[in-house]
Amino acid sequence: MDLQSAWSVAAKDFRIYRKKINVIRASIAYPLIVGVLFPLILNYSIQKQPTAVAVALAPSLMDSFSIWFIIGAIIIPTAIASYSLVGEKLQKSLEPLLATPMTDGDILLGKSISGLLIPVASVYAGAIIFMALCDHFTQGVLGYLYYPNWHMGVILLVVPLASLMSVEINIIISARMTDARSAQQLGTLLILPFVGLYLAADLKIFPFTNTNLLILAGALALIDIAFFFVSKATFQREEILTRWK
Amino acid sequence: MSITIDVENLTKSYGTFTAVDNVSLHVDEGEVFGFLGPNGAGKTTTVRMLACLISKTSGRATVGGYDIGNSSDQPKIRGMIGFLPENVGLYEELSAYDNLDFYGRYYKLSIQRRREQIEYFLKMLGLWDKREDAAGTFSKGMKQKLAITRALIHDPKLLFLDEPTANLDPEASKTVRDFILELKKEKRTIFLNTHLLDEAERVCDQVAILKTKLIATGSPEDLRHSQSTRKVRVQLELADDAVAGAVKTLGFQIAEKTSNSLVIVVNNPEKENPEILKAIQTAGGRIQFVTEVGSSLEDVYLKLVRGAE
Repeated sequence: MDLQSAWSVAAKDFRIYRKKINVIRASIAYPLIVGVLFPLILNYSIQKQPTAVAVALAPSLMDSFSIWFIIGAIIIPTAIASYSLVGEKLQKSLEPLLATPMTDGDILLGKSISGLLIPVASVYAGAIIFMALCDHFTQGVLGYLYYPNWHMGVILLVVPLASLMSVEINIIISARMTDARSAQQLGTLLILPFVGLYLAADLKIFPFTNTNLLILAGALALIDIAFFFVSKATFQREEILTRWK
Repeated sequence: MSITIDVENLTKSYGTFTAVDNVSLHVDEGEVFGFLGPNGAGKTTTVRMLACLISKTSGRATVGGYDIGNSSDQPKIRGMIGFLPENVGLYEELSAYDNLDFYGRYYKLSIQRRREQIEYFLKMLGLWDKREDAAGTFSKGMKQKLAITRALIHDPKLLFLDEPTANLDPEASKTVRDFILELKKEKRTIFLNTHLLDEAERVCDQVAILKTKLIATGSPEDLRHSQSTRKVRVQLELADDAVAGAVKTLGFQIAEKTSNSLVIVVNNPEKENPEILKAIQTAGGRIQFVTEVGSSLEDVYLKLVRGAE
């Protein structure tokens, strides 16, 4: 695989995404909702409680809210990655692209980079806003700055791995679909296992401790590697050129 | 390195359906080779195999000396060819300049080289002033020109053009055709898929007619001559029965007769015309002019394609 070629594909996609309103909307809306709305809910919740209760409640609420950054890391790429191949398919721009010396690996790596960087940057931006607002609202109650902390650090480690998995699954799906919206809808189903994890955490079956999150990160890293090879194996030039209409 | 194409018994099948059946051909360096055939004849499939976009089922082909069936040769072939697909496939949101610039990057051209190439070709095709406009706002003809420029961005010596003038208005078709002739002058080897016989006749050195199998191959002129009877039209002041009789006496068949002209079937006009004209004059005919009634490539094409059905 050639990184320069892959980066050229990604750079082209970035240029196109700048003009796609859905991509811009998804990249801005989610981090704003999680980064601003959740701290406001937190503030509202702890203000009405006696100090002792607020001191106990605030950290657990913040930890609970911060898991939504992982879910965001899965949702945002569905808007981007599903366009990535289906968009090329609709514009019939894959044939000339495949006629260049680039390999399937170069093209898929480029698509993965372009699908990954925007969601990760967007989630990280949301996380910074979230941490700043949470600290602002809780410093008086807790008497110290809750963020940054290791828990958020591990979550932000999981974010790119979860995003990459989402990108790869969406690329695999969109290689077999002809409509970006259907590909996006199908890709969104990917959040279900993570919502399950969220419930498992709430029910203390799989609490989001730092150790468990590191286990999750390790599992995601292995899944990412496996899915990259699956996406390469399912990216059939011949099928793309002869069966896509 | 010699930029030629050699194809031997190339076949492509999808299950029980054969799209291209045992095609053999040779394209010389600097030649414009027209690949003619009706829709569904296998032209695009053949080009895709030669451009290493799809695999062959059997047979052998080399492009610029590289084997299309060898996976290590395939990137080399894709790197040395320019490819214009039937659907131009531009990035509609991007400007004309960016469309070309990204393809320049795919071929690893330096920034300076990309700038030079883009400016050269966009100016040549009259698109330089539109370079910052989104490709999606272009007319069909402009898009086609932009797509041809994209195929040329890395200065390939071998071009595969799949229906470059299909769906274009006459003016845009002429611009594209003239551009192909310019490329021909630059000694590039061009493999041109087309169903437009007039286009093939105007720009191609060699043509092949395909209908799953290769039906015929040769220069447009050779094909016209090999596949049709030759005729001459003799324009006279008066084409009376005496004149017609004189021609028939020599053993020639008259294909058409009007009050002032005769169309005569000949085998070898260069040799037989003097004899015919002498007989007409002897019979009192006053000859105004003589022209060859040529069969068009279209006549030949239709005859061959229908014959193959």
